[in-house]
Amino acid sequence: MESTSQLFGLNPLPDQLVVALAGNPNTGKSTVFNALTGLNQHTGNWPGKTVLRAEGSFMHRDKKILLVDLPGTYSLLATSADEQTARDFICLGRPQATVVVADATCLERNLNLALQVMEISSRVVVCVNLMDEARRRGIRVDVEALSSELGAPCIATAARDGLGLDKLKDAILDMAAGITDTSPRQVSYEPHVEQAAAQLEARIRPFLPGWANCRWVALRLLEGDSGIIRAICSSLDDDSEKVFLKEGAAAWAR
Amino acid sequence: MLQTIIPLSRLPNGAAGRVASLSARGLIRRHLLDLGLVTGARVEAIRRSPAGDPAAFNIKGALIALRNEDADRILIAID
Ligand SMILES: Nc1nc2c(ncn2[C@@H]2O[C@H](COP(=O)(O)OP(=O)(O)O)[C@@H](O)[C@H]2O)c(=O)[nH]1
Ligand SMILES: [Mg+2]
Repeated sequence: MESTSQLFGLNPLPDQLVVALAGNPNTGKSTVFNALTGLNQHTGNWPGKTVLRAEGSFMHRDKKILLVDLPGTYSLLATSADEQTARDFICLGRPQATVVVADATCLERNLNLALQVMEISSRVVVCVNLMDEARRRGIRVDVEALSSELGAPCIATAARDGLGLDKLKDAILDMAAGITDTSPRQVSYEPHVEQAAAQLEARIRPFLPGWANCRWVALRLLEGDSGIIRAICSSLDDDSEKVFLKEGAAAWAR
Repeated sequence: MLQTIIPLSRLPNGAAGRVASLSARGLIRRHLLDLGLVTGARVEAIRRSPAGDPAAFNIKGALIALRNEDADRILIAID
């Protein structure tokens, strides 16, 4: 398996924790990014793509964190270059944590992405931003209840005013350092899909050593999502790739 | 009560309705669902580009632009 830096052109320091920043468009993701990293940032493109990337670093409680801003998307499952970039990084780049910035004024639509990220990674922090705007509109968000419903820490912020950012940094660091226990809520599908996914998951697991999210890979194989299948194959050796594709095709045919 | 069902592409600006069904399949369907176009979701037509395509809709609190080609595959029940 290639390292994060080889696949994505990132060069984290040996003692730096890599954290991805995801979110729907217009949720204040850049505002959060700027507030956390200040002037310690630079921009470029994702390797081989015309998609813009910003990365920046900050220190918190003496730990170094490299924050990678992903493209704003509503989903990780469709086909746009932005969605592929975000998905490939969360899945293959294996950041130590992923922050999902959500808009407190329309949480329902934002939780779709949060649940998709939580299907790929168990290390997710939800930043419930624009809390000031929500309050102005009479919307109250119970972040404690949301945290326990999702099984992931949810932190209320108003990033434009710098509110809640210290708590957010604490939550990011605890998650990235592996201190936080999480059991992210998983979406369950219809019984026949669950059954097929479980069978396929067991068969492909040997070929995906070190992968925490074989269930998610199995679901994508069942869906026949060629984009992610190609991305995964590029990280496998030739023999594993063959078996992996064969299992996928067999499951697809059933 | 009798409901009128029309494709989203024909929803006039300022009018609203609820998603009755999607005729799209595969990745396009997935994409539309991810945009919040699930059955029962309320959609309001906000404005159209000068050529009429794409058009912008309010879907669950976000302004989303859709091409007519896609909006044609979303059936809306007008309330
Ligand atoms: N009221 C309010 N506005 C915010 C907040 N965070 C960001 N914004 C504003 O929301 C808009 C979009 O922010 P931006 O960071 O560019 O969003 P992005 O598209 O997710 O990167 C900008 O006008 C920000 O100033 C917040 O917490 N409260
Ligand atoms: Mg931005």
